[in-house]
Amino acid sequence: MSKLDSKTPKGPIKDQWTKHKNEINLVNPANKRHIDIIVVGTGLAGGAAAASLAEMGYKVKAFAYQDSPRRAHSIAAQGGINAAKNYQNDGDSTYRLFYDTVKGGDYRARESNVYRLAEVSANIIDQCVAQGVPFAREYGGLLDNRSFGGVLVSRTFYAKGQTGQQLLLGAYSAMNRQIGKGKITMYNRHEMMDIVKVDGKARGIIARNMITGEIEKHSAHAVVIASGGYGNVFFLSTNAMGSNASAAWKIHKKGAYFANPCYTQIHPTCVPRAGDFQSKLTLMSESLRNDGRIWVPKNMEDVMAIREGRKKPTDLSEDKRDYYLERRYPAFGNLVPRDVASRAAKERCDAGYGVNATGEAVYLDFKAAINRYGNEKAHVLGIHNPNDAKILELGEGVIEEKYGNLFQMYEKIIDENPYKTPMMIYPAVHYTMGGIWCDYNLMTTIPGCYAAGEANFSDHGANRLGASALMQGLADGYFVLPYTIGDYLADDIRTGPIPTDSPEFNAAAKEVTDQLEKLINIKGTKSVDSFHKRLGEVMWNKVGMSRNAQGLTEAMDEIKQIREEFWKDVRVPGGMNELNPELEKATRVADFLELGELFAKDALAREESCGGHFREESVELDGEQKGEAKRNDKDFAYVAAWEYKGNPREAVMHKEELEFNDIELKQRSYK
Amino acid sequence: MDLTLKVWRQKNKEDKGGLVTYPVTGISEHASFLEMLDVLNEQIINKGEEPVAFDHDCREGICGMCSLYINGEAHGPDRKVTTCQLHMRMFKDGETVHIEPWRAKAMPVIKDLIVDRTSFERIQQAGGFISVNTSGNTQDANSLPIAKPMADKAMDAATCIGCAACVATCKNSSAMLFVAAKVAQYSYLPQGQVERKERVLNMVDQMDKEGFGNCTNTGACEVECPKGISLEFIARMNKEYLGASAASE
Repeated sequence: MSKLDSKTPKGPIKDQWTKHKNEINLVNPANKRHIDIIVVGTGLAGGAAAASLAEMGYKVKAFAYQDSPRRAHSIAAQGGINAAKNYQNDGDSTYRLFYDTVKGGDYRARESNVYRLAEVSANIIDQCVAQGVPFAREYGGLLDNRSFGGVLVSRTFYAKGQTGQQLLLGAYSAMNRQIGKGKITMYNRHEMMDIVKVDGKARGIIARNMITGEIEKHSAHAVVIASGGYGNVFFLSTNAMGSNASAAWKIHKKGAYFANPCYTQIHPTCVPRAGDFQSKLTLMSESLRNDGRIWVPKNMEDVMAIREGRKKPTDLSEDKRDYYLERRYPAFGNLVPRDVASRAAKERCDAGYGVNATGEAVYLDFKAAINRYGNEKAHVLGIHNPNDAKILELGEGVIEEKYGNLFQMYEKIIDENPYKTPMMIYPAVHYTMGGIWCDYNLMTTIPGCYAAGEANFSDHGANRLGASALMQGLADGYFVLPYTIGDYLADDIRTGPIPTDSPEFNAAAKEVTDQLEKLINIKGTKSVDSFHKRLGEVMWNKVGMSRNAQGLTEAMDEIKQIREEFWKDVRVPGGMNELNPELEKATRVADFLELGELFAKDALAREESCGGHFREESVELDGEQKGEAKRNDKDFAYVAAWEYKGNPREAVMHKEELEFNDIELKQRSYK
Repeated sequence: MDLTLKVWRQKNKEDKGGLVTYPVTGISEHASFLEMLDVLNEQIINKGEEPVAFDHDCREGICGMCSLYINGEAHGPDRKVTTCQLHMRMFKDGETVHIEPWRAKAMPVIKDLIVDRTSFERIQQAGGFISVNTSGNTQDANSLPIAKPMADKAMDAATCIGCAACVATCKNSSAMLFVAAKVAQYSYLPQGQVERKERVLNMVDQMDKEGFGNCTNTGACEVECPKGISLEFIARMNKEYLGASAASE
């Protein structure tokens, strides 16, 4: 087991980034023109990086599998973006944002990276406003903030319920300016199929033109992987249908270590599954928990009556309801962090109290909030002794202003009016904290290959706080990578263009073509989706919200079994040299079928509960915290970075020990 | 529910294409329209044929990837939703449903129901941005107060998802609503003032080059727009364009 060098700068944490920037190598503007950089993925991290690098003078090639960079899944983020601006004068600071992020991540993130993230967070807001991002404002014309789960300040900037969309359109506009100038060459409807290494360094990629099927060779002096997370290994998640792990998995197989794959965020407030036809799950923003109360019926008779349609949730009086989060966690109530809220919902549903036909749903009820807001509004309007109907009307108006788009989305999906009857919600896979291991410079274990945004493992530890994903993606893309990549490229100013007719490029292209041919020629009996669904079921049941050694061991075997069947019996209709969505899916699912096994292996090796990773064997046995997750800092305060050794089962773990010099390790308590 | 689908099949750009009839059975009214197409494709694959190609990604109405002209309406019969948010309860058991791609000269069909929307990209590249480089030293965000009504207007315009339903539904295949949304967003904001004139001239020029038609104020785009982008923004863009043309050298 080797030791990983995070290349964290020496000295006090608050000076590290400034000092590092002062000391690393720079590339002069004339030389940047002769250096090519490939960016895979055009979401917040990739889009911001591509635009910034092109502005600096590098020649950038950017790749997206959609028909436009604007469609990357960052666009779907709803709630907001954190920044330590302290505009609300509530005591926020770089240190507090840093502290909250490390604590929220259950002390499994690298301190130095998180501090830098907090440090540049304020610049992100300045940059986005300069680009014309229409953040929400107060009547005085200044920026508005809201609060999010797990913290005590209001530091979240937002643009209605579409913050991700507006931030991505900002990065997209910056990209468009560079595409128009010819500084970025944009490859839409292109999928990265593999990375190419020359003399051990990342020197390009093999990509497939998804319209013509042509296999293309693209060279560069450095490659940035910003391809997002791997939540779709569960089949059902809040990710986009095309979101995939293939770019990350391909570089893993060529030498990039994969860190903490078992750290997955299961988001508590999603629209429940309706049936077998379900293709994806839809998130309802965490901000709803500010005003919604979560409950299930206290009595099993009521559960059955509701499932059979004999009773409605609104028929149940207060004493027949179990507000289980308020009961278990009186201090934080409905605003406990995501991992805690999700497990509590699962616990109730496993006990049989789920309120829909599948038994996997709990209520999120806005009645109390509507009442409260209605009374407040009546007071503001000078209406004395308002009747119930007036309070309801005014209260619903306030809720509509705050959450109108989410309520509308819910009504379209479920066909019930959430103003009148409680919403039904259930946890769903949402975000992956694990990812490609990288050092302080965001470089992976392949020289010249970088990982940014959700694709890397760096900043969220074992659990991500709300509104931190957008912050990290843009921090990596706008403010970290553009500096750190120069340190490496400074050695490449005399290299000249990288030829693509070398044996390395030819071999990589052949390997890709061979794999595609193999998939098409299996001509089996089962669709790609059928295998993906089976994989998802194993992942959800045995590697999901609650894990144990037996289940994880079984999962590893079952996934291997499904993978073997896939390679014998998958049916991929159509040909290679045309637009072929089934072939695209097949290559992605082939990678998920390997990643899933490593995921389970990592979860098995981590014999502690931390953040989104809950091991049933590691719980508090007595005291106030009885039954809650038990972290084990003595044995597991490390990053597990896996090296590929021919198949996922044989992967070798390398540890990066985590040192906490600026924060004291504590057990999280929300009681 | 059981349905008869008449789906546009077209092998590639050169192929003439045509409608093919498929029966689908046992569809849940709670399924989304695209989940219904997933079921159809699973049936087609199991028969050993090639499934229907259609664009889609986020399936929550925000990425703008999904399209489809359903029974003669962009994004189907429901209002203010994209096709991925359209649910089968909007249809009747036994109904025949026609599914076609967006149709416009500037957006040719690539395969089946997938069209080429890169013309939208080139319009944005012509001026859909504010020229500001990434820098840790732009002015503090709060040093630029923006009146809330203006900020809200800019946000309303910025809500456009670039799906091109406006083009598909317009009898002139005009992209005016799409272009106007971006022009209007920046025109409301102080950050957008410096390049205000060139922006509208360049974007409209590119829109014309791509072969999109003109606006004749029918208003169908506003009705079919899944995000409810207002026709007012087209008026705003026309004003911007006139002002910029009169003032240009």
